[in-house]
Amino acid sequence: MSLVELLPRVRSLRLPRVDGLIPWIVPLAIILIWQVACVGGFVPSRVLPAPTDVALAGWKLLLSGELVRNIWVSFWRAGIGFIIGGGIGFAFGLVNGLSQLSNKLTDTTLQMVRNIPHLALIPLVILWFGIDESAKLFLVALGVFFPIYLNTLHGIRTVDPQLVEMGRIYGMTDGELFRRVIFPGALPSIFVGVRFALGIMWLTLIVAETIAASSGLGYMAMQAREFMQIDVVVLSILIYALLGKLADSASRVLERLTLSWHPAFQK
Amino acid sequence: MQEALRFLSPDAEPLDNADFIEQARLARRGAEPASRGLPLTIRGLRKSFGDNEVLRGIDLHIPAGQFVAIVGRSGCGKSTLLRLIAGLESIDAGTIGFGEDTRAEDVRVMFQEPRLLPWARVLSNVEVGLGRDRASPDAQARAEQALTEVGLDDKRGQWPSVLSGGQKQRVALARALVSHPRVLAFDEPLGALDALTRISMQRLLERVWHDQAFTAILVTHDVSEAVALADRVLVIEDGRIANDITVDIPRPRRRGSADLAALEGSILRDLLKSADETSEQ
Repeated sequence: MSLVELLPRVRSLRLPRVDGLIPWIVPLAIILIWQVACVGGFVPSRVLPAPTDVALAGWKLLLSGELVRNIWVSFWRAGIGFIIGGGIGFAFGLVNGLSQLSNKLTDTTLQMVRNIPHLALIPLVILWFGIDESAKLFLVALGVFFPIYLNTLHGIRTVDPQLVEMGRIYGMTDGELFRRVIFPGALPSIFVGVRFALGIMWLTLIVAETIAASSGLGYMAMQAREFMQIDVVVLSILIYALLGKLADSASRVLERLTLSWHPAFQK
Repeated sequence: MQEALRFLSPDAEPLDNADFIEQARLARRGAEPASRGLPLTIRGLRKSFGDNEVLRGIDLHIPAGQFVAIVGRSGCGKSTLLRLIAGLESIDAGTIGFGEDTRAEDVRVMFQEPRLLPWARVLSNVEVGLGRDRASPDAQARAEQALTEVGLDDKRGQWPSVLSGGQKQRVALARALVSHPRVLAFDEPLGALDALTRISMQRLLERVWHDQAFTAILVTHDVSEAVALADRVLVIEDGRIANDITVDIPRPRRRGSADLAALEGSILRDLLKSADETSEQ
């Protein structure tokens, strides 16, 4: 069999895989340039260690179990904080979206609180909770609360009133109306909030762990700084990038599953 | 010619409805089948929005099973009248009676916009129309039957977003029909469709009205549509019924025929004359 005969088959096999790799070309190229710059001596290793050194540091930490433990601790804090803050934000968004009275009562207060940068509360939070788990959870929950609250509220407010009227004409009860019309209508907006919140979640957690923690990725990076282990510092930063991407991908998958009706998610 | 028309409009049904025409002729000639529709009696109906009195005393009787078209210039109150009949607005004064007690499922409305739930497949959108019977075991079968009636049984599993405007409106019609309503109110249901899709939808409306024998109330700004479909055309001006015209042109009516055109012309002349008078004042 000649090469020419094989060619179309190979192409049809490979194309889909290549498609999935395209987003990773740029990060891989950056790492490659970085490696070349370090090995070639353009960048001193005190400023930036080579990717291979970073990988080696990661391997050592992985073997000692420290890496997994710290990632797990950070992951747990992020998740619990997200569930608490997101849950409360979602609940307030629902209630304020559905009830004028509740909205009048609480929205102004929430908007005032929203304008305080939540990281500015760190000194106060340390005074309240010390550096124990609740301090981190509190900050993450607070940071996550607002994007989810605002977008849930917005989503419910902007559900097509004609559809709501249609639901009422066809005899839907309040519960059915919520389940079949209002909630699905608000879902795209809620997902926008979730993706904002995921970004804020990591940001808050890392800052909180850097300042006040005795475990977690942020703590690992700060410890490494004390001992001038620049490879571990860079490793931590790369892990943040990967975790952030992971969270974003997870929310995209969820979006795709629940919004398959949406023209934007159809192929 | 027919091929050309079908080519231009994917929604267009085949234009010769020989079967239906024959059926209609037989039904007219023989004894009228007992109508399932409800009669409608309106007395002294008034409605204002703020200082603006939209309806200023409407008195009207519609016999069971009649097809009534309501025409008038925009802002004359025709849509408000329809929304009051459908129970979508509260009545300021007067009464609307259906002759007997009605269930919510007996009166259905179809709007200019299809108002389909974008996150529900076509079939579940139709099931919405069952109202309180949604939970019954034959719900799906009834929804499928309604979809077949509008010729969309092959689209049951689709999302509404992939349907054309005419198809969406047919799904909305199936949703309105699935509960076998006894009064069906149409608020400019074909207003957003292209000319050819309109014609095929008009035929569909006429066919389902004939098959299911409900009382039909059609609000439209298109006088030719009104005279083509209705037994009776009501002209509304300034919140009152200005003219009540019986269309005694036998069905099936041929679009573009001289009688229809003459009637349409005379209604349009009236409407335009009153419009000119208003603008001269």
